Amino acid sequence: MKEINLTELEAAFQSKLDREIRIEPNDWMPADYRKTLIRQISQHAHSEIVGMLPEGNWITRAPNLRRKAVLLAKVQDEAGHGLYLYSAVETLGADREETIDDLHSGKAKYSSIFNYPTVSWADMGAIGWLVDGAAIMNQVPLCRCSYGPYARAMVRVCKEESFHQRQGFEIISKLALGTPEQKEMAQDALNRWWWPALMMFGPNDADSPHTQQSMNWKIKRSTNDELRQLFIDVTVPQAELIGLTIPDPDLKWNQETGHYEIGTINWDEFWAVVSGNGPCNRERVAARKKAKEDGMWVREAALAHAEKRKARQAS
Amino acid sequence: MNNSISTYTLRIADDSLILGHRVSEWCGHGPILEEDIALTNIALDLIGQATSLLEYAAATEGKGRTADDLAFLRYERDYTNVLLAEQPNGDFGQTIVRQWLFDTFRLFFYEALCYSKDPQLAAIAEKSLKETKYHFKHSSEWVIRLGDGTEESHQRAQAALDLLWRYAEELFFMNAVDHELIAQGIAVDLTTIKPLWLERIQHVAKEATLKLPETNWVMKGGREGQHSEYLGYLLAEMQYMQRTYPGMEW
Amino acid sequence: MSQKEWPLWEVFIRSKQGLNHKHVGSLRAADAEMAIENARDVYTRRSEGVSIWVVESNRIFASDPTEADALFEPAHSKVYRHPTFYDVPDGISHM
Repeated sequence: MKEINLTELEAAFQSKLDREIRIEPNDWMPADYRKTLIRQISQHAHSEIVGMLPEGNWITRAPNLRRKAVLLAKVQDEAGHGLYLYSAVETLGADREETIDDLHSGKAKYSSIFNYPTVSWADMGAIGWLVDGAAIMNQVPLCRCSYGPYARAMVRVCKEESFHQRQGFEIISKLALGTPEQKEMAQDALNRWWWPALMMFGPNDADSPHTQQSMNWKIKRSTNDELRQLFIDVTVPQAELIGLTIPDPDLKWNQETGHYEIGTINWDEFWAVVSGNGPCNRERVAARKKAKEDGMWVREAALAHAEKRKARQAS
Repeated sequence: MNNSISTYTLRIADDSLILGHRVSEWCGHGPILEEDIALTNIALDLIGQATSLLEYAAATEGKGRTADDLAFLRYERDYTNVLLAEQPNGDFGQTIVRQWLFDTFRLFFYEALCYSKDPQLAAIAEKSLKETKYHFKHSSEWVIRLGDGTEESHQRAQAALDLLWRYAEELFFMNAVDHELIAQGIAVDLTTIKPLWLERIQHVAKEATLKLPETNWVMKGGREGQHSEYLGYLLAEMQYMQRTYPGMEW
Repeated sequence: MSQKEWPLWEVFIRSKQGLNHKHVGSLRAADAEMAIENARDVYTRRSEGVSIWVVESNRIFASDPTEADALFEPAHSKVYRHPTFYDVPDGISHM
């Protein structure tokens, strides 16, 4: 192998980024780029998996057969999306189960939105509409992420996720246009999910330490605040259309900028939830840990059987 | 309007509905991500089958009820699923053994039902058979892996089989409804399926190094609406929305 | 928690008859049978495939990206392998 020095490698890497050439698994990449990707993609994967729990909470109570099948398919998709993402993480030399252990120990984070409880059927609507809506805003630019496997996983996820938001909006609009009890249920869900959904885009740009580096590396393509604004601008009219009120007395349309302006986000709440003190943090992580621990004998059995079989075939 | 066909269809529907509900409880809690997805696929298939069957049961009943009415608004005594279907998930071994006993039955049952003179039942059977072949393969392979895996998995699989074996016989329950429809070439004569089922179960159990229990004690009642204590809780959950908010659309 | 894990498998799907199998991602499975079934459940939930290949990831050998120049550059200069290299007089068709 020919001798290549670090500066040359870095220059070649940067030149690829500049020319919008994707970085692939075996290519040389700076250690920090790899580390950032492993952190971001595994947290993204964890979010999909933990995200199964709040909606999974309603699978057995779905109000009719159609909703039951749709919800089940949707939560299953989230497992699939988690898997596509873990698959991308493994191309970076990280081990899936180790990243999962980091989730269980509290070292790795996941989207804070999933630490809120789902207390009514309307929450299934609000999650699909707002949470998946926000997730799509975040994910669409990631389809152009500089790391090939991540970008490809995102293309797949975005394709599948468009049904998620639609089914959520269908649920919430059916309620909003239904009986007074149903409308109240829908409004209550919007009241509880609106602000946490806005927090999903992460802290304001000024307080987001990783943003600039990630933008330079073309892992991230838009800033938190840009995406949040985009989400607000498309969602407010949707709420109006179905007769629900955004729970923000300061919300107003700015004719000059062509954007909505919102009140202040409660960042104290955001940081409290991120650091483990949300309403359901403990339950979510405990449920994932239990699944892994309860499944251990199953995974061991399958492996033991495969080895027995191999040995039998060999003899 | 044919009440025998409706009663008959409802049994098949209830098996799918209640077992599908049970399997769906795994979603998000599977022993590994890949298997979580596989179990959910099975639940989805079963709920899809239940939906088609309930629609047909509602139509043949002729009382103006919908599939959802049948799924969510009957009294416990009106559900006619086998007791096996409502048994709790337990550990993964218990879920897999329950599924295997059921899938093996369903495989031969649907194969035969494809020849029903009732075109609607035959069509549902044909579609469901494809799904069931996959379920059968999946649960049989897992029974073998667990039975012939580690010492712990063998013990767990054997315990599950010892627990659930007494519910298997009810899969072959028949009464006047069956005999009436068998005479018309509509229903499946389950006595013809029983030996096929047993042969296949024995074959897989042998490969899994599991022992079929030698008890003659069988648990029955589900087909006549007499259920275990478990079904009431399952229905309380399943019917929660429809009971709390009567008459609303979702 | 540390224990031995299921091996990683790469998954290739033929989306319809007449097309090549294409790499779509990876998954964990204890054996080949399970890998195919898992691939079916993970990667063909929306009828994306008619055929599946799986191969254990550690059985794949890849070219070294640092040797990409030596491997692939020489072909760039052989423009005469491409039909556009040649002049075809006006009026000649089917060539």
